[in-house]
Amino acid sequence: MAEAHPVGFQWVVEAQQRGAKVIHVDPRFTRTSAVADKHVPIRVGSDIAFLGGIISYVLENGLDFRDYVVNYTNAATLVSDRFEDTDDLDGLFSGFDPDKRTYDPTSWQYDVEDGPGEQSTAQADDSEETQAQRESAAGLQHEAHGMQVEGKPRRDETLQHPRCVYQVLRRHFARYTPEMVEQTCGVSQADFLEVCRAWTENSGRERTTALVYSVGWTQHSVGVQYIRTGAILQLLLGNMGRPGGGVMALRGHASIQGSTDIPTLFNILPGYLPMPNPDQHPTLTDYVDSIRNPGSKGFWSKADAYTVSLLKAYWGDAATPDNDFCFDYLPRITGDHGTYRTVLDMIDGKVSGYFLLGQNPAVGSAHGRAQRLGMANLDWLVVRDLFEIESASFWKDSPEVATGEIVPEECRTEVFLFPAASYAEKEGTFTQTQRMLQWREKAVDPPGDCRSELWFFYHLGRMVRERLAGSTDERDRPVLDLAWDYPVHDEGALGTEGAQAWGEPSAEAVLKEINGFDVATGRPLSSFVEMKADGSTAGGCWIYTGVFADGVNQANRRKSRHDQSFVAPEWGWAWPLNRRILYNRASADPEGRPWSERKAFVWWDPDKGEAGEWTGHDVPDFEKTKAPSYRAPEGSEGVEAIEGVDPFIMQGDGKGALYAPQGLIDGPMPTHYEPVESPFRNPLYGQQANPTRKQYRRDDNQLNPAPPEEHSDVFPFVFTTSRLTEHHTAGGMSRYLEHLAELQPEMFVEVSPALAREQGLEHMGWCHVVTARSAVEGRVMVTERLRPLRIEGRTVHQVWMPYHWGGGGLVTGDSANDLFGISLDPNVLIQESKVGTCDVRPGRRPTGAALRELVTDYARRAGIVDGVHPRVVTASADAQARSLAAAETSDDDQEGQ
Amino acid sequence: MIGRNSLFGPLDPAPDAGYTDAPKRKGFFTDTSVCIGCKACEVACKEWNDVPENLFEMLGTSYDNSHSLNANQWRHVAFIEKPASKPAVDLGMPSVGAPVSEVHEDDKPDFQWLMSSDVCKHCTHAACLDVCPTGSLFRSEFGTVVVQDDICNGCGYCVAACPYGVIDRRRGPEGDPKVGIAQKCTLCYDRLTDGQRPACAAACPTESIQYGDVEELRERANARVELLHERGVMDARLYGNDPEDGVGGTGAMFLLLDEPEVYGLPPDPVVTTKDLPRMFTRAGMAGTALLVGAALSFVRRRP
Repeated sequence: MAEAHPVGFQWVVEAQQRGAKVIHVDPRFTRTSAVADKHVPIRVGSDIAFLGGIISYVLENGLDFRDYVVNYTNAATLVSDRFEDTDDLDGLFSGFDPDKRTYDPTSWQYDVEDGPGEQSTAQADDSEETQAQRESAAGLQHEAHGMQVEGKPRRDETLQHPRCVYQVLRRHFARYTPEMVEQTCGVSQADFLEVCRAWTENSGRERTTALVYSVGWTQHSVGVQYIRTGAILQLLLGNMGRPGGGVMALRGHASIQGSTDIPTLFNILPGYLPMPNPDQHPTLTDYVDSIRNPGSKGFWSKADAYTVSLLKAYWGDAATPDNDFCFDYLPRITGDHGTYRTVLDMIDGKVSGYFLLGQNPAVGSAHGRAQRLGMANLDWLVVRDLFEIESASFWKDSPEVATGEIVPEECRTEVFLFPAASYAEKEGTFTQTQRMLQWREKAVDPPGDCRSELWFFYHLGRMVRERLAGSTDERDRPVLDLAWDYPVHDEGALGTEGAQAWGEPSAEAVLKEINGFDVATGRPLSSFVEMKADGSTAGGCWIYTGVFADGVNQANRRKSRHDQSFVAPEWGWAWPLNRRILYNRASADPEGRPWSERKAFVWWDPDKGEAGEWTGHDVPDFEKTKAPSYRAPEGSEGVEAIEGVDPFIMQGDGKGALYAPQGLIDGPMPTHYEPVESPFRNPLYGQQANPTRKQYRRDDNQLNPAPPEEHSDVFPFVFTTSRLTEHHTAGGMSRYLEHLAELQPEMFVEVSPALAREQGLEHMGWCHVVTARSAVEGRVMVTERLRPLRIEGRTVHQVWMPYHWGGGGLVTGDSANDLFGISLDPNVLIQESKVGTCDVRPGRRPTGAALRELVTDYARRAGIVDGVHPRVVTASADAQARSLAAAETSDDDQEGQ
Repeated sequence: MIGRNSLFGPLDPAPDAGYTDAPKRKGFFTDTSVCIGCKACEVACKEWNDVPENLFEMLGTSYDNSHSLNANQWRHVAFIEKPASKPAVDLGMPSVGAPVSEVHEDDKPDFQWLMSSDVCKHCTHAACLDVCPTGSLFRSEFGTVVVQDDICNGCGYCVAACPYGVIDRRRGPEGDPKVGIAQKCTLCYDRLTDGQRPACAAACPTESIQYGDVEELRERANARVELLHERGVMDARLYGNDPEDGVGGTGAMFLLLDEPEVYGLPPDPVVTTKDLPRMFTRAGMAGTALLVGAALSFVRRRP
């Protein structure tokens, strides 16, 4: 955190000054470790084993926060008797279809008393549907939508029933002993137990513990399950929805939270509404029903109002009840259109044009060679950036030009490089990890022709619409019918006429539209509760409604923290409705009283209002007048079905999910899988790596062999990458500036003294790192900050590299991301770019055609052959058959009923 | 107005320099125990003071690629990798500080990564200022020492005089108008006159660099070191806070977690002009003796 988020780290330092203990778990000793109270080195890619070990420590010693766990999580809920766990199926859960490599999650479901049999229709995804969900990274949608629960699942509040979630979880993690953690993660039992004690002793009524991670944690083939493991632990210890607790994701850029809320992703629309697809969503009603699931519980029951308001914001007057509010104008997705699929499609000649905005995939994305070869096979490429980054210059100076794979004179891609305004040169908002929007003013005019993205897209849209004006072609209607009129700033230099034509659009006007307004009067909405499904309201992102409440830019509030409560509600604005901690109903006990005075945050005041109200330091994340004693009437649905003791209001049962019967493609509980490239066999079972991962099995995406395949010894070392404080991701904002570039002027490779000795590497000499994709070189940094670990009885060396360099800028170097192949998490299609295997050799790498020869030679020695790809499913045949049978049995049963 | 302690010993420098209504003396307290080595101070300093690049070269001294304080580097963050208690191998890495053999290994905690942002000390007795022949270096009303680069003639006396090796003549880049001119931290004199904090202190995210009244900073430093001792960090110590030391105490003091040498700081700096009065006296005596001797020799020759 100190490395990549030094500004945010000030609060960690402040907490430490006040007595907080800071533990840093990281493969290498970083700037964070330097000031932490404890650094625990860990093998890259073994985090589920580590956290699973802590979960087991909590469960075996009964250290969970029992009142919280029984009431606020699904610990007491019973799971179907058809569910079979990884221990019985050699690393698979029940319901695995080896052909599709996806699960039929029917056997994972709750044991429901009064439902139509054990599995209700909303839950009954089959493996085909799961496959479609993997293609569309549906995990992102589930993340925000929670699970659907119908009927009443059976419960055992004593937590003794062998099929209750608590016991299922306990059995599942029973193998994650301190010995297993030591063998798998390379963490000594003493260190491990110290972390266990610190975490559990600092959790409960009086104290809370925060789990903080940076997004490298997600960049694994089991990335989502990493986060799930952390969430389970925090739920067990009562650290969710309470001050000082939580699972905090430190996003990679200033407004990455904003770019998922109002997404730059292919599969969701603003406010986590899914992108429609033609099969499941032929009409607006089908679409809305697929989100709100009539009959199920929770807050998504008003999805129709959110969707219609969004369509009204897009198409204004053209959106009417008669035409489904232009629902048919929305583009549709037909499968995987993620960034890696798109790049591979470029190589295959299926993509003609591409926009890159503030992104430098030639350096920043996994498998840099594939990225550059893809971009070299387009008709046109638009790059908007501060400098001529590698993604704009690849056609003339990339490593592939040196190898002869790209010939500048023949490269067909026409690159349009547009100068972009930086954050200080434009107005708008940042949304940070706490979901807080902070408005910022433009400090200076951008130099020369540099312009904001808002300017670019507004005027691009305006010009396209002018070009299409008068067209009678049906396919042009969605563009021509857009509500595309934004006020522009009067820029003196342009004169009135020039401003109309080329002025900077008002970002505040856009924020107002995002907030939403009453169509008839233009009055800004104060809450998404005011949104209507009849077309009388418009709003660009329902979760942001309220940011312009009362016509005031709430994101622009700057009241000092010294002049308000410790929650500081009047600094900026957080969605939803300015709540600073989500699910904060959990900060009070089931009766609505604070768990302790020390941790009081939101509570029920029986004397307030007519019959009592929720109140406290934060905006309660609960219906204001729903008493803790409220119980749902029989047969209720939607919001009504959320009871007074159900803090997790977006979940179908209102409970925090220790066990997730739906929404995860790779299993209802996290389980340790090795990274796709690993020198070790999975110590737990036959299934080596995530069996459901997204794998593009292509000759241009060969992977280093991992056990049980042979020849993994050709790439004997583990490597990982991350950022340096001194540079910004792919370097576009740092390598081109002298005051930053000089701070870390060269690409380097960190190795332990032991590895240096073993491989003959000299401090400050050169070395090169080789994988099946490429070889990159750097200066050798021999340091004790990296140390070899003992795993499964043998020593493993870990190598670390920063990934900031490329061919452009004031300081140049090889790009570490060239080393990675493309293997993706099945839930959200994020790449495994934080762990791989490699060889490290002294000296500089070969250049030109010899570079490819070196890589080919390694591939040959590793047994990598074109057209042949290693097995993904390595569980025993018997286990595969039994897992599949579990799904088929339940299908038959359902049909029988 | 030369006082008793004008060249050595405790003193409030601004009144001593002749300011009648001087504000309280200003300075830095750099608490290295919370430094995270982000180098924001280095960058903020260069941005505000328009200091050009220093060097584009990887040095291999951990994450320090700025090398040292010099004319192009007014803040310098040192990174010291202290080996674990039982190093498996001699790294052979260039490092600053005491040889490993002197460390009592069993008493030390495990591997440590020390970081510290160094800066001009703004000495109570500033040798650079004492020796400056042009008056380019002056004592400001804030008690700080500032170079006026339009007056400096580049003689370099100050460079040799500084006991810390801070002040330096700019060598490049080519074409820079201040090449040849002595340069160092001004404690952001222009910001101070406008009621603002120095750029480095404003940029420091963890309040490792604290700016304020020297007197108050000294108290803060004492309290901090006591707290750390209570928490068992027995290596914590202060540097530059003692008005009785060789430079009369510094305007920029530090809390260190090891011996000053480990950070590349002189353990017991003494203002190089400390002995000037004595030297003058002795030189005077010697000269007088010489003259007297010479005179006597004539006297004796008189027949």
